[in-house]
Amino acid sequence: MSAIYRRRYATNIIALTLSGIATLIGLTFLAWILWITISRGISAVGVPLFTKITAYADQGGLANAIVGSMLIDLMAILICAPIGVLAGTYLAEYARRTKLGSVIRFLNDILLSAPSIVLGLFVYVIVVLPMTSITNGSVSFSAFAGAVALALIGLPVIVRTTDEMLQLVPGTLREAALSLGIPQWKLTVQVLMRASGSGIATGVLLALARLAGETAPLLFTAFGNNYMAYGLLDKMASLPVSIYQYTNDPNPAMHAIAWAGALLITLFVLALSLLTRLFFARKKVNHD
Amino acid sequence: MNATSLPAEPRESDQRAQRDARHDRIFRLILKACALLVLLALLGAAASTLWGGREVLFGHTWEFLTTSDWNPVENKYGALGPIFGTLVTSIIAIVLAVPISFGIALFLSEIAPSWLRTPVATAIELLAAIPSIIYGMWGLFVFVPFMADHVEPKLSATLGQLPIIGALFDGPPLGLGILTAGIVLAVMIIPFISSVMREVFQTVPTRLKESAYALGSTKWEVVWDIMLPYTRSAVIGGIFLGLGRALGETMAVTFVLGNSYDIQASLLMPGTSISSSIANEFNEAVGTHRSALIALGFLLFVVTFIVLMIARLMLRRLSRKEGN
Repeated sequence: MSAIYRRRYATNIIALTLSGIATLIGLTFLAWILWITISRGISAVGVPLFTKITAYADQGGLANAIVGSMLIDLMAILICAPIGVLAGTYLAEYARRTKLGSVIRFLNDILLSAPSIVLGLFVYVIVVLPMTSITNGSVSFSAFAGAVALALIGLPVIVRTTDEMLQLVPGTLREAALSLGIPQWKLTVQVLMRASGSGIATGVLLALARLAGETAPLLFTAFGNNYMAYGLLDKMASLPVSIYQYTNDPNPAMHAIAWAGALLITLFVLALSLLTRLFFARKKVNHD
Repeated sequence: MNATSLPAEPRESDQRAQRDARHDRIFRLILKACALLVLLALLGAAASTLWGGREVLFGHTWEFLTTSDWNPVENKYGALGPIFGTLVTSIIAIVLAVPISFGIALFLSEIAPSWLRTPVATAIELLAAIPSIIYGMWGLFVFVPFMADHVEPKLSATLGQLPIIGALFDGPPLGLGILTAGIVLAVMIIPFISSVMREVFQTVPTRLKESAYALGSTKWEVVWDIMLPYTRSAVIGGIFLGLGRALGETMAVTFVLGNSYDIQASLLMPGTSISSSIANEFNEAVGTHRSALIALGFLLFVVTFIVLMIARLMLRRLSRKEGN
């Protein structure tokens, strides 16, 4: 073998080895982070975690944060799911090739990766500040504001999946329905949405997985609360924000509770995204 | 047929057609309003942060953008420190994440046996699903001590002794700091960049690759000389997508940056970033201080918007190519 062949062969081997190493590096970090979260979180998981509230931190509870997270996330999904599905339907059914459609699609993709802390500031300015001045300060930070902020994070995910899922529905289905004289709104709601129902539902779950782990937008919208709160206009604790506060605390006992909360969130989010992945594996649609 | 009998007919079908048309119009209007909300969300985010930060953005523009003295007590708000921290951590993240992501994409699309591809790709993408606060905790409690004990002393002892670039790795091994934050960010954006790269590598026509193999190319040569040039714009788009993520990331870097407004040459020293300044100080801030933080948010929004816009335009060029 001449020198040039040997060199090309060697370059090839080196490059392929490096690419294998790169993959190992990625997997190592995943394993490292998951291992730490599970091993440190599991020891603080117990009954008190679900029954005691954060006001008495020495009792090791996150009950109010867990309830708060569930309420805020649920509200956020209730806000962004209908809007997102309808907006996605508009893009797929009415604006597939129009200029407005492509502009909205483009901006939706940008919103998908926009910094969540800025969305938190946005909601602070349009929800928290007006509420404070209307009620003379008796209502400021609120669970509702937190839900709006999280809804903004879930919205683009739902818009995009709905748009893609509806575009997958074969055109013959539309033509068959229209030829029977069905109005377009009925076609959309009763035929197309039903045909792509599981895909749209997957989009909603994906959005939930995305917004459930968000901390930054909640810091100055839902704020936090050491006591149990159920009111829409109350300050409300949430798991991510409580984890954030506990991590900042110098007391190591707090860190243990923070890890337990971290474990809960991580399990929830990873389970959701694996679940949706199973759905998607059948649908074959990109969803980054 | 008697002509007078025609208007007497009930014309139910006509009424029905009118009703359907009306419903269709209303339905379409509702959908359009929802779609416009997406537009409104972005415009609103820009406008509201501009409005919230107007006092500093318009009142002290020059001071805000060109000085690095951030002192709420004396009411001085120079944003250079956070801007510097955001840019430098993101650059470190990109420099580390791009080669690794490229390696992963190469491994998954060309090297790995097909039974291994899906599980490994899923695992890498799970990195993107982990909430950023978890990265922050792991960074603070595990990775910072690791850097302080094992990595930074070695960096100072080796690279720190070199002329010129030595200054970058000079200083006490605190663990906290710009370099650590950059590495954590790199781990976070690897799944985004690698999945875009992998996806676009799959769009390279097989006959192009096979022609190259037929001419005797090695795998590496096919990837480097055929696939990469073919997908160049989308690969750059993927990198910008990762950059956009890195610039705006908050929770992962807030804990590990060290929260210092000083601009220092060494990457081992603590710093701050736009997002972490906002997260750390916003709830205690009032008046001009709060306005300055919202103004920082506006800056961040504008910069990430531009970066993400470039990313999407680059990526779109590829999908057009695919369509032809």
